Amino acid sequence: MLEIKNLSVTVNDENGRADILKDINLTVEDRKFIVITGPNGGGKTTLARAIMGLAPVTGGSILWNGTELADKTVTERAKLGVSYGFQQPPRFKGMKVADLLSIAAGRKLNHDETCSYLTKVGLCARDYLDRDVDASLSGGEVKRIEIATILARKCPLMIFDEPEAGIDLWSFARLTETFSEIHAKKEATILIISHQERIIRLADEIILVADGHVKDRGPAEKIYPQILADTVSGCNRLEVNGTC
Amino acid sequence: MLNDVQKHILEVVAAMKNGETDGAVNIRIDGKKAHRVNSEHIRIESKTDKDGIDIHIAPFTKHESVHIPVVLTESGFHDKVYNDFYIGEGAEVNIVAGCGIHNCGCDDSQHDGVHTFYVGKNAKVTYSETHYGEGEGGGKRILNPETILYLEEGASVTLDTTQIKGVDDTKRYTKAVLGKDAEIVITEKLLTHDNQYAESEMDVFLNGEGSKTRVISRSVAQDNSVQVFYPRVEGNAPCFGHVSCDAIIMGEAKVKAIPAISCNHVDAGLIHEAAIGKIAGDQLLKLMTLGLTAEEAEEKILEGFLR
Ligand SMILES: Nc1ncnc2c1ncn2[C@@H]1O[C@H](COP(=O)(O)OP(=O)(O)OP(=O)(O)O)[C@@H](O)[C@H]1O
Ligand SMILES: [Mg+2]
Repeated sequence: MLEIKNLSVTVNDENGRADILKDINLTVEDRKFIVITGPNGGGKTTLARAIMGLAPVTGGSILWNGTELADKTVTERAKLGVSYGFQQPPRFKGMKVADLLSIAAGRKLNHDETCSYLTKVGLCARDYLDRDVDASLSGGEVKRIEIATILARKCPLMIFDEPEAGIDLWSFARLTETFSEIHAKKEATILIISHQERIIRLADEIILVADGHVKDRGPAEKIYPQILADTVSGCNRLEVNGTC
Repeated sequence: MLNDVQKHILEVVAAMKNGETDGAVNIRIDGKKAHRVNSEHIRIESKTDKDGIDIHIAPFTKHESVHIPVVLTESGFHDKVYNDFYIGEGAEVNIVAGCGIHNCGCDDSQHDGVHTFYVGKNAKVTYSETHYGEGEGGGKRILNPETILYLEEGASVTLDTTQIKGVDDTKRYTKAVLGKDAEIVITEKLLTHDNQYAESEMDVFLNGEGSKTRVISRSVAQDNSVQVFYPRVEGNAPCFGHVSCDAIIMGEAKVKAIPAISCNHVDAGLIHEAAIGKIAGDQLLKLMTLGLTAEEAEEKILEGFLR
């Protein structure tokens, strides 16, 4: 079980202090499929990064199966079974796709195993095994390889940050199948940050994060119509002459 | 008979198990010829006017290789050799050179190898050179290689140089002169540490119409080491050239890249890219999220970078 209590993240940069997450409280039961959604800049990525140890937590606690993560390093959290697929994955000069997947798996994967992970994200393994994970890969390719690393890790907690971003329709269909499959087999707790209706509809529950807070949570049937209603009536995107 | 130190160095610099390999071979140890084998179309002869060898590769030779490693184990030994390769028309050969210094003493050991290649029409050559130093002594291990290549029409050369460890001081010079439709790909990999110094200077002359080059330099400078690169490409005909220098710096190391591309013909297209910086933080973090420690992550990133 993942229990987040009174979590806050504050950053200090040249623009001064900013409270990015404010008093987040959240519990996720084991093997649930949860989608976190909300407006751009609302704090979704920061929440995921805080769980992984990549964001500066300034208060509160993150309990994973009863173990406090807040004072653990990234590596320790990874070893405790937390995994996170980056919204913008880094690229590595000279590192082969197959090598990265082996690092993720924690052992040397054989050819068939590597291929199966690539197939699950809609990549034709033959074309990618020997490619470097560098700037020569397209955005969608890097993103899918990133997702494959999380599949290869097989952690009990999988967090994906906008897995749909930049991914074509065919691969997206394959990807949603993969998520459903992991969920059906009860292999892991899945947290997906997403703006995609198709993924939202798969989830057991939706968590709406906006303005650094958990605004709402509930089943898709309840939350999704609310989000749509907000978009129509609200004015959070249209700006005229600098005022809303 | 080779001893274990010599066998180890031969394995590192020339991938020779027990000092043995197929094809033509010339092993030089502490300034003396230790072993020589000719192959069907490849003849190796000692020079008579100075130290070194002439390697004659007959036209249209295929599937034969040449290994010419050099080993220095005597502390304080200074070695200078001239190796000339005459590669006949249409030949396809793989040439492996390399120099390893094992210096346990307190005097400097030095090897200066001058390799000159006359690459005939349409010949295809891959040439790899590995430099390596070891030994506990306080004496420096110094390597100053010079590689000069003349490519005739349609010739193509793949030149790979690697200096991975233990060489205290190196000044490398590479020069390539390309004729019509000739092509050369130069890949240089370098890792320096402690107080080492490495300098690499390079001149590529694209003189023939349709000639092409790619120069790729990947280097890692650790601790207090210093590296300086001077890659220069000159386009004197309709030609194409691409130079990329990528370096990772760590600790107190310093890297300087001073590239020069000169186009002397309106249809010469030359490109240059250079990037020097520390390992990107998000690369380290990504590998740590996969369960590696910071040190393991660093190692993996460098390993890939220099592969
Ligand atoms: N290191 C930082 N320094 C300053 N501001 C930051 C930092 N990290 C995040 N922010 C700000 O915090 C807010 C939340 O960012 P976050 O990336 O978590 O949003 P998000 O919900 O994932 O958005 P999106 O849907 O666009 O991915 C944004 O306004 C962002 O600009
Ligand atoms: Mg985000």
